Amino acid sequence: MTKAADKTMAPAVTRDVTLRIGGESGEGIVTTGEVLARIAAYAGLEVYTLRTIPAEIKGGHVMFQMRVGSEPVHSEGDALDILLAFNQEAYDKHHRELRAGGILIYDNNELTPPAIAGEIQYALPLTSLAKGIDFFRGKNIVAIGALVKIFGLPYDKAKAVVERQLGRRGADLLAKNLQALEVGYTYAEQNITKEAPYNLGVPEGERGADHRLVMSGNQALAIGALAAGCTFYAGYPITPASDIMEFLAAELPKVGGTLIQAEDEMAALGMAMGASYAGARAMTATSGPGLDLMIELLGHASMTETPVVIVDVQRAGPSTGMPTKTSQGDLFLAVYGGHDDFPRLVVAPLSVEDCFYAAVDAFNLAEKYQMPVIILSDFALSNRVETIPSFDMSRVQRVQRLLWTASGDGDNSYRRYRVTESGISPMSLPGMVGGSYTAEGLEHDETGAPGYDPELHTTMMEKRFRKVRTAADEIRTWPHAIWRYGHPEPEVGIVGWGSTAGPAREAIDRALADGMKVAAFFPRFLSPLPEAELSAFVAPLKAVIVPELNYRGQLADIIQGRFCMQIHRLNKFTGQAFTAGEIYRKIAAVYSEWVVPTSA
Amino acid sequence: MYDLKLYESIDENTWCPGCGDFGILAAVKQALAQLELAPHEVMFFSGIGCGSKLPHYLKANGYDSLHGRGIPVATGFHLVNPELKVIQVSGDGDSYGIGGNHFVNAARRNVDIVHIVENNQIYALTKGQYSPTSEKGMITTTTPEGAIEVATNPLAMALAAGATFIARGFANDPKYLANLIARGIMHKGYALIDVLQPCITYNKINTKEWYRMRIYRVEDEQGYDPADKEWAFRKALEWGEKIPVGVIYEVSLPTYEEQVAVLKQGPLYRQPLHGPTMAEDFEKTKREFM
Amino acid sequence: MPDRVVHEPTTKVYTASDYKSNVKPIWCPGCGDFGVLSSFYKALADLGIPPEQAVIASGIGCSGRFPAFVEAYGFHGVHGRALPLATGIKMANPSLYVCAVGGDGDAFSIGGGHVPHAARRNIDITYIVMDNQIYGLTKGQPSPTSPLGMEKKASPYGSIEAPLNPILMALAYNASFVARGFSAKPKEVVELMKMALLHKGFAFLQIISPCVTFNDTYEHFKQITLPLPADHDVTDRSRAMTLALDEQNMYLGVFYKVERPSYVTSVRAVRSKASGGAQFDLEKIIARYRT
Repeated sequence: MTKAADKTMAPAVTRDVTLRIGGESGEGIVTTGEVLARIAAYAGLEVYTLRTIPAEIKGGHVMFQMRVGSEPVHSEGDALDILLAFNQEAYDKHHRELRAGGILIYDNNELTPPAIAGEIQYALPLTSLAKGIDFFRGKNIVAIGALVKIFGLPYDKAKAVVERQLGRRGADLLAKNLQALEVGYTYAEQNITKEAPYNLGVPEGERGADHRLVMSGNQALAIGALAAGCTFYAGYPITPASDIMEFLAAELPKVGGTLIQAEDEMAALGMAMGASYAGARAMTATSGPGLDLMIELLGHASMTETPVVIVDVQRAGPSTGMPTKTSQGDLFLAVYGGHDDFPRLVVAPLSVEDCFYAAVDAFNLAEKYQMPVIILSDFALSNRVETIPSFDMSRVQRVQRLLWTASGDGDNSYRRYRVTESGISPMSLPGMVGGSYTAEGLEHDETGAPGYDPELHTTMMEKRFRKVRTAADEIRTWPHAIWRYGHPEPEVGIVGWGSTAGPAREAIDRALADGMKVAAFFPRFLSPLPEAELSAFVAPLKAVIVPELNYRGQLADIIQGRFCMQIHRLNKFTGQAFTAGEIYRKIAAVYSEWVVPTSA
Repeated sequence: MYDLKLYESIDENTWCPGCGDFGILAAVKQALAQLELAPHEVMFFSGIGCGSKLPHYLKANGYDSLHGRGIPVATGFHLVNPELKVIQVSGDGDSYGIGGNHFVNAARRNVDIVHIVENNQIYALTKGQYSPTSEKGMITTTTPEGAIEVATNPLAMALAAGATFIARGFANDPKYLANLIARGIMHKGYALIDVLQPCITYNKINTKEWYRMRIYRVEDEQGYDPADKEWAFRKALEWGEKIPVGVIYEVSLPTYEEQVAVLKQGPLYRQPLHGPTMAEDFEKTKREFM
Repeated sequence: MPDRVVHEPTTKVYTASDYKSNVKPIWCPGCGDFGVLSSFYKALADLGIPPEQAVIASGIGCSGRFPAFVEAYGFHGVHGRALPLATGIKMANPSLYVCAVGGDGDAFSIGGGHVPHAARRNIDITYIVMDNQIYGLTKGQPSPTSPLGMEKKASPYGSIEAPLNPILMALAYNASFVARGFSAKPKEVVELMKMALLHKGFAFLQIISPCVTFNDTYEHFKQITLPLPADHDVTDRSRAMTLALDEQNMYLGVFYKVERPSYVTSVRAVRSKASGGAQFDLEKIIARYRT
């Protein structure tokens, strides 16, 4: 990937580098990564990060990984190019993943690694340098200073990031941090003689106008909710959804909105539904265990035709599972959860940027079709900080619910659940004269009065599900409803959902470069599933691969059930995201077995 | 008095150094040693939270349930096997928030279990949101302008619900707490021990110094009468400059288990599946449908 | 979104029949809930609350059907979750008169976990619990307020669980308004409902409402109910608890009433503090994340 270091001229700007940082919790490992990622971003590079944190509050090992490149990056990186080890444990845990010829940077006050042929090693006395300026806690910033010098990142941007990220904690601390940065930089300048094979500096002239943002999936989603006009949030703390609640706790009051931390998840969804019934745009966010508790009320929201947005940031289960690991295990729960059949919509963002637009879509769909909408995010997406293009506000519109007006009905009693062609009935709001009704969980007639006639139940079931068909017709016209990528006439297809899109895209790039005809089909809306389009996509294919981060292959099961076709499943359930390499190898294997080579 | 080493577990402890839970763990072990309860004679239940990891950190039987759902499982367990001492241990969010309904009904039923609540007035494992016992005005990650709700009063709730043993302890007084726990274990019926527990990472207000300045032992006071419900309510409502610790209420009433007729024949798990009367009973039932 | 004032004040005079919906109640003749319902109509009429400004959230049970019989907005929710629904409704439109209703099972069994938190929020809603000490709709199982030893199909050997005391619980939960009525004394219930509706904060109102079909306790309660002592100071929480503990006498009236800032008031204060008077600007938030 890169040329060997040439002492006489600066190495070429590197297209793609993966750096991992490891150390003890409490020593600022995540801060190191976040600051470095932003320095690279401010310098004009694209970054993609991930982190693993220990499940305990203090102590334990922390890992932060960032992939940096001059082009947008879509997955974690298959192998490490650089490892920054703050302690022996970091070395022991991660060194085996450092590729041959990679770079090891380490605190030589903490460990003395063996020399390895081909491996470039940079020893930095981080601990003693930090102690030297009486700032032991700042050794992570010292490390940043050194890395900035070693890899040619712009120092002025480094200072700017430190000020912005760490400046809020007081002038004294900021001064100390800047001093630590300088100490690290100076040390590297004076002591590191080996030239790094990677240069992350982008020459001044090449840096274009910058309209990018650096944020996590949860932040993008929360901002999307604000853009969508959310005015009410009720939630309960749960990893990894708590930071959506904390973000909105600070912001919602500023729009005259309300945020309540409820006593449990059932109360959270109940409050959101009540607020929506009274006219607010309402949401809640949780993870798998919380969605389990909300399922009864989910059905009720659908039955009473109450708009509400529910975010599920999936984490590894089952049950309490692995709270700080990622997964795509809640598809069945989101699409099918709940007794008997009732409509709901499910949208799965593919990337951090997508989280923003998914939130806007979700609110609009919930309001327009008067039903619950579930946004399926996941831990990796929620937590990773990434450079993304700035949000296109021209794509943001607020669709209001169909409101009832007094002259509408013609007769005396308002029919809240009036059967219509689209299935959508005009909705009154408490306070409107003549619009009174009781929202009803029992089967009911058009006025909302309970009724159990066979004909009535048939009519109302069809009415409710007709809304989904109307929604499907609308969604079909949206250009962004399905993400397609790859060869225009594929032999092998990859059907998937959610954050798997990133590594799938890079895997397809590699496969195309190898001459394979592969393409991806990732619907953003999983309920309703775009069956006609999916059917058209798979018809000419020799093989279909469905990669998912779950044990049984939930999307594969759904597709197999609908289309009775063979599916090559790729299931990973280790709590980690796919690498591009894993998906690429599956494509290659399937290709070689199932695609009859055409001549020439 | 057993050797404390008997209760040592091999699990790696993940609490922050200085956490109040260490004091509670020590007190629990001390109480078990004092009462000469061997590890296999005790059954711990917990929920979700930092404190709910306690069963992992000592050697005994343990069951880490879902958030707020330790008590239902403990109730079912004890009905089937009343021979083990059952101790439910979890935090204030788990016990008084999501698990609040189960807490109230356990008190009402007077199930013979001990309920130790690690009350640190914050949600710590999820990193610092406010909890049902956080004081009004407390600034946390979800209440950046200060908590609006007044804190819930678990002692008053337990008393109103009919609990027969109510005590409050302090994590940094493990010897005193150990005695409270021992009394709770010996008490026949539901025993609540709400333990004031500093969280050094996320609660900078209710620190151990803050508690020390306010707590006083309720048995030292004139007119101490833990059998008097009205006196107990007054003590339960006391919070602020003075916080009573000790046994605030204790009465003797039939436990739930004592009133279940079939348990008079012995623990359910020991009763034979196919008893001598089973065939006769079946014939009788069958005849009702013929 | 600012709080919406939905209607201008009206000079219209309301009568009880203005609140009667055209849905016929499904309750058994003689059910205590009829008394509660007609008292509710009268209370709303006396206060002149426009029907479209009243919202009633309910749970599951015979009492859960209550909203449909009132000409107002209603939300017949799932079992035990009336309080969260009512909380959300009130926060979205604080100008509404919001009530939550339910039976003793809905309120103190499955819904029990929500009561203390509604109380400590002091959310400005009225919670009417129609207490018949039985599960009526499901045909006669003991409930959390059933007396010890009650023999029913689900407790053929007599119930072994001591009952909860709703007034005592509400006081322990620090509700700012706690009162008890008896459906057979409708005039008093009307007055209690009016006080509860006007109370700015969480108003807890237990109404003994006997079930003629599965647990007819009319005579029993006629015997043991009596008004609270005339000299009772409604701001004395300890005394209120003592009176609630009285097993021989079941007092009727207002046990406790204090004024505390309601949740809406507190949230409004939070909002002005948070915004500092500035206009909301999404761009400014996004700018925090720019490279």
